[in-house]
Amino acid sequence: MTDLTWIDTALKSARPQAVAALLRFFRGDLDRAEEAFQEACLRALQSWPEKGPPRDAAAWLIFVGRNSGVDEGRRSRKHVALPEEDILTDGEDVQDDMAERLDGAQYRDDILRLLFICCHPDLPNTQQIALALRIVSGLTVAEIASAFLVSESAMEQRITRAKRRIAEAGTEFATPGAVERAGRLGVVAAMLYLLFNEGYSASGGEAHIRKPLCDEAIRLSRLLLRLFPSETEIMGLTALMLLQHARADTRLDGEGQIVLLEDQDRGRWDIGMITEGLALLDKAMRHAKPGPMLVQAAIAALHAQAAKAADTDWVQIERLYATLEKIQPSPVITLNRAVAVLKASGPEAALEMIAPLAPALANYFYFYGVQGALLQELGRDEEARIAFDRAIALARTPAEAAHIRQHLDRLGQKIA
Amino acid sequence: MLYAILCYNDEAAVEAWPKAKDDAVIARRRVVTDKLAEQGRLGPVLRLMNTTAATTVRYGAEPVVMDGPFAETKEQLLGLYVIDVASLEDAIEVARGMAGRDGDGGSGAFEIRPLRAFIPDTVQRETMIS
Repeated sequence: MTDLTWIDTALKSARPQAVAALLRFFRGDLDRAEEAFQEACLRALQSWPEKGPPRDAAAWLIFVGRNSGVDEGRRSRKHVALPEEDILTDGEDVQDDMAERLDGAQYRDDILRLLFICCHPDLPNTQQIALALRIVSGLTVAEIASAFLVSESAMEQRITRAKRRIAEAGTEFATPGAVERAGRLGVVAAMLYLLFNEGYSASGGEAHIRKPLCDEAIRLSRLLLRLFPSETEIMGLTALMLLQHARADTRLDGEGQIVLLEDQDRGRWDIGMITEGLALLDKAMRHAKPGPMLVQAAIAALHAQAAKAADTDWVQIERLYATLEKIQPSPVITLNRAVAVLKASGPEAALEMIAPLAPALANYFYFYGVQGALLQELGRDEEARIAFDRAIALARTPAEAAHIRQHLDRLGQKIA
Repeated sequence: MLYAILCYNDEAAVEAWPKAKDDAVIARRRVVTDKLAEQGRLGPVLRLMNTTAATTVRYGAEPVVMDGPFAETKEQLLGLYVIDVASLEDAIEVARGMAGRDGDGGSGAFEIRPLRAFIPDTVQRETMIS
């Protein structure tokens, strides 16, 4: 067999399970868990092409990684004795035993724990995401550095610092209770959504949309949903990301300029992702337990279901934003609600709604973008120009700046 | 004789395929199915959505509805229905009806899976039955 990409795929897909279990085995020593996983991968690359893939790749990697790590600890030598291949590939009993243990609830909590420790509250958001990409997804430091547009050494430093912080904090290995588990899931869901957004609207640099980050966030979210099939917020998160990602190819034009939702070519939205998102939403709604992710998914669904921009149910969207505001009060949500108010009730009401937000959103690009657009609709061109100028100053990507410049150009034409 | 061919794979791996690869796999299979269709020997073709979108209804005194796919390994796939209803709630109602409400001695479960793709029946039945 010459095409060995299947091994890469198998290793990538087994990584979260394997590293998570190894982390428990090595009592929270991240570096050791990662090294053990690396050893197991090397061994897989030697053994799998010849013997074929094991029935349960994650179990195989955990078993091998655990043994390699044990040996390393004992001898602290580079040369590591690995278990006999016969035990691994022919000894079905060993695999069955491992697989059985993996099926347990402990295994779910392992993965959740691995994601959760990346979300340590002391770590800034970008470090949480970088750490998750490194540890859970297994991206190289170079790959993460290029996604965040920083030098490799800077990213290396950030990740090292983040790991140290986590090591100092210690890891809780007791099996979480229901409340603790739900809390962890909420924190992890928020982090995965940040990761998604990092790909969806990059915070700096030329590449406005970085799809691989979105794909990775969706992959991890589906993984969580497989482990926690009844969690409505994880259903909501997965649905939300799918519904938004379905529009990825239509959000920029050929020149890399932003295309607004109302101007996007809806025929090119990914119908597969939309139907999956809607199915997950449908499933979650049965529980009648509205959480922030679920409500946002419901909003995204209303956009996705409108065949034309003019068909959008803005009244319902406005109601959903009001619900979201209640669950999770935030000036950014109110700003979004104001856009729905604009469509449902006109610019006057919307402008009134955003007026109190100015102090909180003084450094927020979208605030001035929305304010400018509302003022422009009301014919208050001079004030609109001031708002747009501020927005340009706060733009994080050339595409954002160019988009506001179009507004300014239109104002210029009107005045000229 | 009518046969069903059931497709199994690791869905996490298939999800991770780039679109080009997914398209290539489907195209390769279509070489086979198109030929069958020409001969009137292709029945419905369907692709299921991921198991994350699944809901399971299990027989009981009152049928129990659970999120997630059917996970037991001691039971086997015995048959399937394709239904066209407005929502998951309606589909669950149908499955509940099939399970019966009063513990009529039935057992087993129905896994409800949204369809990602469905190509309707093109079999010419009389030739298949003869």
